[in-house]
Amino acid sequence: MILSGLIHLFLFPGLIFAIPAGWFFMWGEHKAVARMQRRIGPPLLQPFYDFVKLIGKRTPHRHGIEADLLRLYPTVSVVSLLGAMALLPVSPLGYGFSGDVVLLFALLEMPSICFILAGFTSGSLYGEIGAIREAVLGVANNLVFLLAIVTLAVTRGTFRLNDLAQPSWNPGHWIGVLGIFLCIPAKLRLNPFSTSSAEQEIYSGPLTEYGGAALAMWKLAHGLEWVALTGLVSTLILPAQGLWWLRPLLVFALSFVQVMVLSTVAAATARFTLQRSIRFYWQWAAVLAVLAVSSALYMRFH
Amino acid sequence: MKFLQRLLHKSRRKSPWIFHLNTGSCNGCDIELVTCLSPRFDVEQIGIHLEGSPRHADILCVTGPVTRNTLEAIKTVYAQVCEPKAVVACGSCPASCNVFAGSPVIEGPLSKHIPVDVYVPGCPPHPDAIIAGIAQAAQILADRGIPKTAKGEEQS
Repeated sequence: MILSGLIHLFLFPGLIFAIPAGWFFMWGEHKAVARMQRRIGPPLLQPFYDFVKLIGKRTPHRHGIEADLLRLYPTVSVVSLLGAMALLPVSPLGYGFSGDVVLLFALLEMPSICFILAGFTSGSLYGEIGAIREAVLGVANNLVFLLAIVTLAVTRGTFRLNDLAQPSWNPGHWIGVLGIFLCIPAKLRLNPFSTSSAEQEIYSGPLTEYGGAALAMWKLAHGLEWVALTGLVSTLILPAQGLWWLRPLLVFALSFVQVMVLSTVAAATARFTLQRSIRFYWQWAAVLAVLAVSSALYMRFH
Repeated sequence: MKFLQRLLHKSRRKSPWIFHLNTGSCNGCDIELVTCLSPRFDVEQIGIHLEGSPRHADILCVTGPVTRNTLEAIKTVYAQVCEPKAVVACGSCPASCNVFAGSPVIEGPLSKHIPVDVYVPGCPPHPDAIIAGIAQAAQILADRGIPKTAKGEEQS
């Protein structure tokens, strides 16, 4: 049990798998945007080179509690995302951690909270504006995200990830998966919902004051967010039976397809203002999500 | 250790992130520098990325003849770029003050205030020349990043 848990955390789908996969997905993101703009785009190893280079930068030493906190936030983000990866039921064999979807939600939300805190701690004006925007956007998209999770849980009668991670004929399941998918661009700060890291307006938002290794950790956290969020949607869609190697492969392939779709949408759209982003989630997506939850509850108890 | 050094050297060469600093330029060089990012030239192929914050950048691309107003900003921004770093002077203005030479409000040339690694001549320079200059600066920066003893070992 412990051994299987460690394998999930460190080997697959945790550390050893998730970090290269995160770099690969970040490359896919940039490549898709480049192809949409009729460019050739970066080479395959570009995110890896960026990471090594940033690790090797010599940053000026800072003192005080703020400096420690600024170093802590990206580390907490990366660790909690690795925990989220370990929870994902990717392989149909032994289940390492039998967590539930509420714990997964909490772990997936940690990077966003750290991002907001980093913006306020850095003391930069751009960081504070970015942090406020990220906080407001988080309130907007988490309503839909939570309702989607509740819809999934009510239709299947459980919060356990291992039981949820199978396709079902129930329409509530698919509406729930769609709700989670709709929240991914906001959680990843992709283009229609990229107000919190809008480089043309507020430079890098909360990351403006970062440099060197801490910035490398933030870039890594972004890659891991890609893997965890698209992986969550993939595990909810793909069947759990079959050959032991087939499901991880299919999860990876389907996640990459999602990366391509979301990056293409990001390249094709302009940035929404904060108000329009909130209106998208609270007016359209939330109405659908409330309808889904109420119909799922109705179908379950009548 | 030698493998890690070589990996770091290659990574620095492959991923030069630039920060664009205008020190009173007429915008000619700025337009040419931004053209490098367009689909026609596509600098992302060699890893060049325009950053909004000097703390993220490796290479400082300076345009303009260093006016008195921008002098403090140049020194601040240069100090904010983390080591190892390099400076590319885009166009004739930072190199020689160009037609503004002798003006009472010009404090140039740039090399009086910060060390310049690569000069890209032209008024304005062609985007190809700017990309070549940045690539050369990335090589200089990668070589500079290695401590002197390790570099001597590699050469011997």
